[in-house]
Amino acid sequence: MDSIIQGKAYVLGKNIDTDQIIPAEHLVYSLSDPEEVKLYGKYALSGVPLAEAGLPEGNRPFVTEGEFRSEYSIIIAGSNFGCGSSREHAPFSLQVAGAKAIIAESYARIFYRNCVDGGFVIPFETSETLNSSVQTGDELSIDLENNTITNLTRNKTYTLRPLGDVYNIVKAGGIFAYAKQENLMSS
Amino acid sequence: MAQTITQKIFARAANQKSVDAGENVWLNVDTLLTHDVCGPPTFDIFKEKFGSDARVWDPEKVVVLPDHYIFTANEHAHRNIDLLRKFADEQNLPNYYDVGTDRYKGVCHVALAQEGYNLPGTVLFGTDSHTCTSGAFGMFGTGIGNTDAAFILGTGKIWEKVPESMKFIFEGEMPDYLAAKDLILQILGDIGTDGATYRAMEFDGTAVFSLPMEERMTLTNMAIEAGGMNGIIAADEVTEAYVKKRSQKPYQIFRSDPDAEYHSIYRYAIEDLEPVVAMPHSPDNRATVRSVQNTRISKSYIGSCTGGKLSDFVMAAGILKGNTVSVPTNIVPATVEVARSLETELVDGKPISKILEDAGCTIAAPSCAACLGGPSDTFGRSEDDDFVVSTTNRNFPGRMGSKKAGVCLASPLTAAASAVTGKLTDPREFLR
Repeated sequence: MDSIIQGKAYVLGKNIDTDQIIPAEHLVYSLSDPEEVKLYGKYALSGVPLAEAGLPEGNRPFVTEGEFRSEYSIIIAGSNFGCGSSREHAPFSLQVAGAKAIIAESYARIFYRNCVDGGFVIPFETSETLNSSVQTGDELSIDLENNTITNLTRNKTYTLRPLGDVYNIVKAGGIFAYAKQENLMSS
Repeated sequence: MAQTITQKIFARAANQKSVDAGENVWLNVDTLLTHDVCGPPTFDIFKEKFGSDARVWDPEKVVVLPDHYIFTANEHAHRNIDLLRKFADEQNLPNYYDVGTDRYKGVCHVALAQEGYNLPGTVLFGTDSHTCTSGAFGMFGTGIGNTDAAFILGTGKIWEKVPESMKFIFEGEMPDYLAAKDLILQILGDIGTDGATYRAMEFDGTAVFSLPMEERMTLTNMAIEAGGMNGIIAADEVTEAYVKKRSQKPYQIFRSDPDAEYHSIYRYAIEDLEPVVAMPHSPDNRATVRSVQNTRISKSYIGSCTGGKLSDFVMAAGILKGNTVSVPTNIVPATVEVARSLETELVDGKPISKILEDAGCTIAAPSCAACLGGPSDTFGRSEDDDFVVSTTNRNFPGRMGSKKAGVCLASPLTAAASAVTGKLTDPREFLR
């Protein structure tokens, strides 16, 4: 795990559910075939209504038409990110598109677990409402050791809530890596 | 120390005397559920992590119920069914319900109940967020992703944080114009789509225990819509009668201690409630049906794990008998058992299926169908700027297919009444 994550911000509202992250019609592709998984990147966040895609202006799709990688690697959102279904395809599609971290006010439980246990993207929480002060395209830098995020474009630093209980799973890279490390799988 | 029913079930599954809310524990899993959307990737992860010749921890405890994308020409969807079949064959899984055979059941959460997998006191994990439905049987059920499911497949164990509990008490006698759906939509409007995140939602009160099992499942099904880890209703004689008819397996009944600690307690008097809907685009966007009664609808949909049970169609038939629908009305029984019951169960001396057909409804084969949109040829999928009144559980943007459509969540009574008039209609208009 890198101690610094730097990249461009993609800003969303609150209650971004898993149908907006990856619409259900796309859940049929293989998650292991290297070519087919690109489709998950292509359609990542494609269910977000255009007006709310890439705030504050909107109308900025996460992934450009014809691409499967996004120019944005840090997602900034309001409360209850990832609500809805249990589909692990959701954090997976964000990872395929190139997202490294999400910073939201809160998460739905299953999405949060999937991010952590699958080692897809790191779900950070803040108590501040970042999606009104950060704009899509701002350059951000997350410092994992000091639990801070700096908006390099606007020269502002915010505090992240420590990952707590799940820090060691995130650091190991997922539940399997963690379980091996802790000898939990020898049963 | 006083414990809630959820804590007691956690303690049993963790081999501990008691557990504290907020504590992380490792649980021994009694049942693992998966389906055609999340089964194949789960099996991939299992093989990658445990080895290509690894065996699942206990074949008897794995239940595979394909239900999502069944009646479609989509080749990727067919491939997923093939992958389920192959894995079930390799692992000799006795509880695989193959598509295209007489073992096929339909929507997994309803089939789990009907096939006797829901046993009070047990711990169920499933690769579907509505796994919380099974909590109606006084058991713990919750949804997980593929990685966690693969971990369980190999070890039979998973970590979970012991949830705090919220209690929702409904007192009074249920009138004919209210359904369990109205009660859960009432709660959602009060606490919001993240009002129970990481918590247990415990339902209690005379009105709750007056409900048949299928209606109780509507309450627990939508715990996830408030972000809840699980929904739970303690088992009583109604539960035991249902379970004993469908399983010979042992079970254990737990109840919350009277002095157990709750995060919060909500009390409702049934007489204060009236039919409600969740307007687009969120399950917590509650309105009384009367306040939105002139809203035009373009389709009505009665189906899914939460709204496609026999009890839902009995309610709908009560409204639709002798009437004609004025908008396309799609009926999707959750399971094969429900579909068969539509032929045999009578409302006012007439089979339910006949009442629905005579009213002009279209009845499809059992599956998840358009509840979550699905492939483009899915039955009942919303199109363009449809406004669908639906007995399903989610109405986020694009949920039933078209990104431009709106979905209004309602009880089967309200969905049926609205189908007749072509606009959102309080079922009391038909029950006088």
